[in-house]
Amino acid sequence: MPAVLINRVLGITGRILTLLLTVGITLIGLVALTFCIGRVVPIDPVLSVVGQKASEEVYQRVFLEMGLDKPLWQQFVVYAGKLVRGDFGISFVTNRPVLSDLAGFFPATLELATLGLLAGTLIGVPAGVAAAYWHDKWPDYVIRFVGLIGYSVPIFWLGLVGLFVFYSRLDWVAGPGQIDVFYQGIVKPVTGSLLIDSLLSGEWEVFGNALSHIVLPAALLGYYSLAYISRMTRSMMLDQLSREYVLTARLKGATEYRAVMLHALRNAAIPLVTVIALSYGGLLEGSVLVETVFAWPGIGNYIASSLFRADINAVLGGTVLVGAVFILLNMVSDVVYQMLDPRSNLRRR
Amino acid sequence: MTAINLTHAETRRQLRRARLGEFTKFARRFAGNPLGMIGLAILGVLLASAVFAPLLATHDPYLPDLVHRLSPPSFENWLGTDELGRDIFSRILYGARLTLLIVGLVVATSAPIGLIIGAVAGTSGGWVDAVFMRITDVFLAVPKLLLALAFVAALGPGIVNAALAITLTAWPPYARLARAEALIVRDSDYVNAVRLAGGSEFRIVLRHIMPMCLSSVIVRMTLDMAGIILTAAGLGFIGLGAQPPLPEWGAMISTGRKFIFDQWWVATMPGLAIFIVSLGFNLLGDAMRDLLDPHLRRRA
Repeated sequence: MPAVLINRVLGITGRILTLLLTVGITLIGLVALTFCIGRVVPIDPVLSVVGQKASEEVYQRVFLEMGLDKPLWQQFVVYAGKLVRGDFGISFVTNRPVLSDLAGFFPATLELATLGLLAGTLIGVPAGVAAAYWHDKWPDYVIRFVGLIGYSVPIFWLGLVGLFVFYSRLDWVAGPGQIDVFYQGIVKPVTGSLLIDSLLSGEWEVFGNALSHIVLPAALLGYYSLAYISRMTRSMMLDQLSREYVLTARLKGATEYRAVMLHALRNAAIPLVTVIALSYGGLLEGSVLVETVFAWPGIGNYIASSLFRADINAVLGGTVLVGAVFILLNMVSDVVYQMLDPRSNLRRR
Repeated sequence: MTAINLTHAETRRQLRRARLGEFTKFARRFAGNPLGMIGLAILGVLLASAVFAPLLATHDPYLPDLVHRLSPPSFENWLGTDELGRDIFSRILYGARLTLLIVGLVVATSAPIGLIIGAVAGTSGGWVDAVFMRITDVFLAVPKLLLALAFVAALGPGIVNAALAITLTAWPPYARLARAEALIVRDSDYVNAVRLAGGSEFRIVLRHIMPMCLSSVIVRMTLDMAGIILTAAGLGFIGLGAQPPLPEWGAMISTGRKFIFDQWWVATMPGLAIFIVSLGFNLLGDAMRDLLDPHLRRRA
């Protein structure tokens, strides 16, 4: 018995090590990629520090200080080492460390993406199940049609149209931005999420205002993820519903609800975890455009506005951060998948 | 000698006939798919407006007409005019060319790159496979739009650079697909037969493995085109794609953004164009997948 146990523990640690190794290599690859992009930039990195009018002497000193005379691989090691220590460089625009900028902007993005994902999952999964259950009947067509539009519509344009209709014409929601100027700075930031902070401090007016600001962009992101989630749920459920165990359950007199929701959905739920994790990453990315439209003070907006001022440190820092979150999400979904799926314990690949 | 040539000619003719038969069968099945036909029609319209833009346009897409600036849709300007008085309808027609240009550039470069990398990795296995797939994973792991943004930031804005940036983010899925297909066929009997007959590895990859990957790659390509259009429009919207005065649809939305509350048509019309075209590509792609995807076909 202990031998079996030891084997299992060894197996699990082995798998965790492999996973960590893969994640590590991917992260290094990501950093290498941004390093390469940083090197391609036609801007002279020295000039951007010393300015156009610097003398040749100063230029040479900074050139050496920045280590630009060393071979590329050494520069890469230095760059990667700095990233690991959290040194993302200084933003040319804000004159502050990129990392603290990112830390300031990230919560707003997280808040938006999380609400979007919640909406997308809570509507998308049931919709996908319904579409699979009523396969090739009208609910299926309606849900597929709605999803297809979500796939095809440019999200930033939909945001503009939404602002025009719901803010300008109907006045149902508040306009761009995270909160009205009038309410700014009332709530002390604790978690970084304005909604949670205002709830915690009991500022209902602020909460209401923030909610009215976030509804439209969150609904947009929700729709964006709903299209993907409902489509994937539908195809997984179709696959499960055609299996024989569902038939067996029905033959044995299980109610339709039981056969579909307990038997089929439970099996479809495991790959769904991956789908939802991936669409969370997709939302972080989709927020670049949505935040630009809604002037949302998040990371997407930060990256987009840094792009224009050729603030390459900020752009690459943002890319590394979102990319790392993306990779970690992938890893987490991988782990959860393995914990939930009993088959993956037996043999991988 | 002549006899051999004759039989060769005969087999070739038979092969051609069989291919034609396959194609007509495919066309007939495709015609039975109404949604796919709608998609095809939309793309037909897109192609026509790109080719015949000078004939169809009612105005010069670049000529400012400040007297009629920001005028609403009317008989004179079907979709209204923008902030410089340029006719939006005509600009959208000319914009179709840019859309097709970007999609064409991206697909024509990313699919072959992915196909070659995937087929080579899958066929050779070993460390070649490991290295290629790690690289692919890195590209897959980074959010596409963000990577494209960073690339454009490095390369500088512009329509070709935007296409290049999208290409750099678009090839990995093709590599994955091609590798999966290559893994399935690389040890099959017919490939071993070629190997026994003395075919080089290069020949095997090029003539016997890549063709097997083609149908899934084509399906993926059609499905991807909608995404490419949306990404390109997004880059244009942020201001990193096509530069003014080019009538790129995303850039048009970006300029119309300032007037969204009062002159809604400036931003709305090009957005509708993007939406309809990417819907068309999605419909076509779905239909192609239903018909072409070898996995679905096998299951059916």
